[in-house]
Amino acid sequence: MSADVIAAPAERRSWSRFATWDVAVIVVAAIVIVVAAVGVEHFGTTRNFGFLILEMAPILVLALPLTLIIVTGEIDLSVASMVGLTSASMGAMWDAGLPLETILWVTVLIGAVLGAVNGFFVTVLGLPSLAVTIGTLALYRGLAFVLLGDTAVADFPRPFTNWAIGGIGGEWIPNVTIPILVLVALFTAVLHATSVGRSTYAIGANPVAAAFAGIPVGKVKFWLYVLSGAVAGLVGVYWTLRFSSARADNANGLELTVVAAVLLGGVSIFGGKGTLPGVVGGVVLLTALQNALRLSGRSADQLTIVTGVLLIISVLAPNIVSSARAALTRRRRARVPISHDPVSLSDARKDPS
Amino acid sequence: MTTVSPQPSGAPTDSVHEVDPGTRTGSTVLDAVLRFRALGLALVLVALVIVTTLANSRFLSQQSIRDVLLSASIITLLATGVTMVVLTKGIDLSVGSVLGLSAFITAQTLAENPGLPIPVAGLIGVGVGLACGLINGAVVAWGKVPPLVATLGTLYVFRGVVYTVAGGSRINAGDMPRGFLDFGTARIFGVPWLFVIAGVVLLVVALFLGRYRSGRDLYAIGSNPEAARLAGIPITRRLMTAYLASGALAGMGGVLYAARFGTVDASAGSGLELDVVAAVVVGGVAIFGGSGTVLGAGLGALVLTVINSALPVLGANPFWQRAIVGALIVGAIALDRLVAARVAVSLRKKGSHVG
Repeated sequence: MSADVIAAPAERRSWSRFATWDVAVIVVAAIVIVVAAVGVEHFGTTRNFGFLILEMAPILVLALPLTLIIVTGEIDLSVASMVGLTSASMGAMWDAGLPLETILWVTVLIGAVLGAVNGFFVTVLGLPSLAVTIGTLALYRGLAFVLLGDTAVADFPRPFTNWAIGGIGGEWIPNVTIPILVLVALFTAVLHATSVGRSTYAIGANPVAAAFAGIPVGKVKFWLYVLSGAVAGLVGVYWTLRFSSARADNANGLELTVVAAVLLGGVSIFGGKGTLPGVVGGVVLLTALQNALRLSGRSADQLTIVTGVLLIISVLAPNIVSSARAALTRRRRARVPISHDPVSLSDARKDPS
Repeated sequence: MTTVSPQPSGAPTDSVHEVDPGTRTGSTVLDAVLRFRALGLALVLVALVIVTTLANSRFLSQQSIRDVLLSASIITLLATGVTMVVLTKGIDLSVGSVLGLSAFITAQTLAENPGLPIPVAGLIGVGVGLACGLINGAVVAWGKVPPLVATLGTLYVFRGVVYTVAGGSRINAGDMPRGFLDFGTARIFGVPWLFVIAGVVLLVVALFLGRYRSGRDLYAIGSNPEAARLAGIPITRRLMTAYLASGALAGMGGVLYAARFGTVDASAGSGLELDVVAAVVVGGVAIFGGSGTVLGAGLGALVLTVINSALPVLGANPFWQRAIVGALIVGAIALDRLVAARVAVSLRKKGSHVG
């Protein structure tokens, strides 16, 4: 319960500061879609919108738990490798002759275990999440290759693969839209309206203070990693069925896009700040931009450059803005000499930080 | 719900401070641990070589030793640069892409200008690396972007640039001048030139980090950035130096890569950053900055290369390579943490005896 009390001021601050960023990202995403619909051939068709949702699905779903993890001040770089390994295990289990209904559950469970391994190293051993998840990025991808080598398992039953790419009632809106909307709603509710969700902000703002306030910091972080793994397992299932192919290199390098989308959505890499609507905006902006660029004939390599640059800009831009604002305040303060009473001086100092 | 009061896992900062000063106060316990790390690595190395040689005596043949040394040279160069960055609490994930960009541009320049003197080609490669390092350094030191985000971004940006420049083409050995390729395999007193170069660079950087003020500053920044700033250390300039050095060494690695393999396409050095990070942390460089040596990182690179070349000899599935790299990264930092915790406990005990 105390979580709410602790998180409240942080929440107000984060809203007033990032409301503009969140809204801006959503507005820019809308502008990109409108401009592309007008200017880029084939972009504005329902067929392409259906494709866009299929394309967006893994990024959006992976971004949900990653947002919570980054809000607590940690990171998970292994998400794409977990997708690869769960996809590879799905292929291996199918090859071994297990029924697909069982495989789906086991795959998600495997994902949760992989996430728990990350969580164990980060919370029980207290290792830096950056280093741990760089390590498991290599480890999980490597294990995926150990399982499948460079072969692909492709003979998944038609009804399942058709569902993954099919539309609701045979129309253009993909079947996956409904589970995605449910997941987004669930995560948004948890992050913004429950004490556990609010406690992630307190942890990100100051883990020591959060622990003293009675928040089980380690436990929260551990389960967030488990969640991240389980969700990666879901995405592994989706990826495998969508492309009807379990391969060790599935989703290779996707962590860049996911991290870029989350940071673009206004989540602070330093923790403690960010909202899920903003992240959804970031994901839509990034995938719509990539889709529009691809349709207008840009190569995949140029898309990677754009994504990488956007990742850096999403952190660089707020830094530049805040340091410019600080410089402005400094100059303003210098212009008005000592006549300030201490109260208003400290107010002025608080403003830019 | 407030009954549990767990150890905040933000605790790393605390324990780092507990451990870190010891590395320089000459505490005998920590000295022993640090020496043990190098000794332990050397033992692992010897054991690996013995086991593999027992399985296949050709593992100790001159040719195979030379191959290991050549591969280790390139990783050592990159690990040396990344060590400088990691010492400052940073990380450079872009080195694999920088190597690829430098290797491709060097090879292309040589293919288009066969008369170009080789040292000039080398300088072009290093220049490419410096330019990349400048971008990383500017974003991190001036833009205050966390090194992870900055170099994860440039990892893909630089790789995208290589693909755009190369556009699916490939520079073959036949396109490059003979002299350049010979340099890639040439030896002096039986030792490959590349290994000599990597060794010299390693020693120079070791000297810089150990004996020069600006080198020691990198440790100070990594141990406690705020204290370093208060002590008057020009942090921005030092960070810039570290990222420039990392870029330049990755660029040099690219030149050596082109000379050694003769064939360069846009994917050269893909994923190499993971091997390099593994070499650095296995070599005992603390991932939270402020502690470690380039000699350790060099030893780490050698161990990693030996493992890689021992795998096929031992008949293991070569796909294990990447998984082992990952396990080594996690294992090394976990080991560091456990050792640090033990040392902290023993120091506390020692303190209580005195008090």
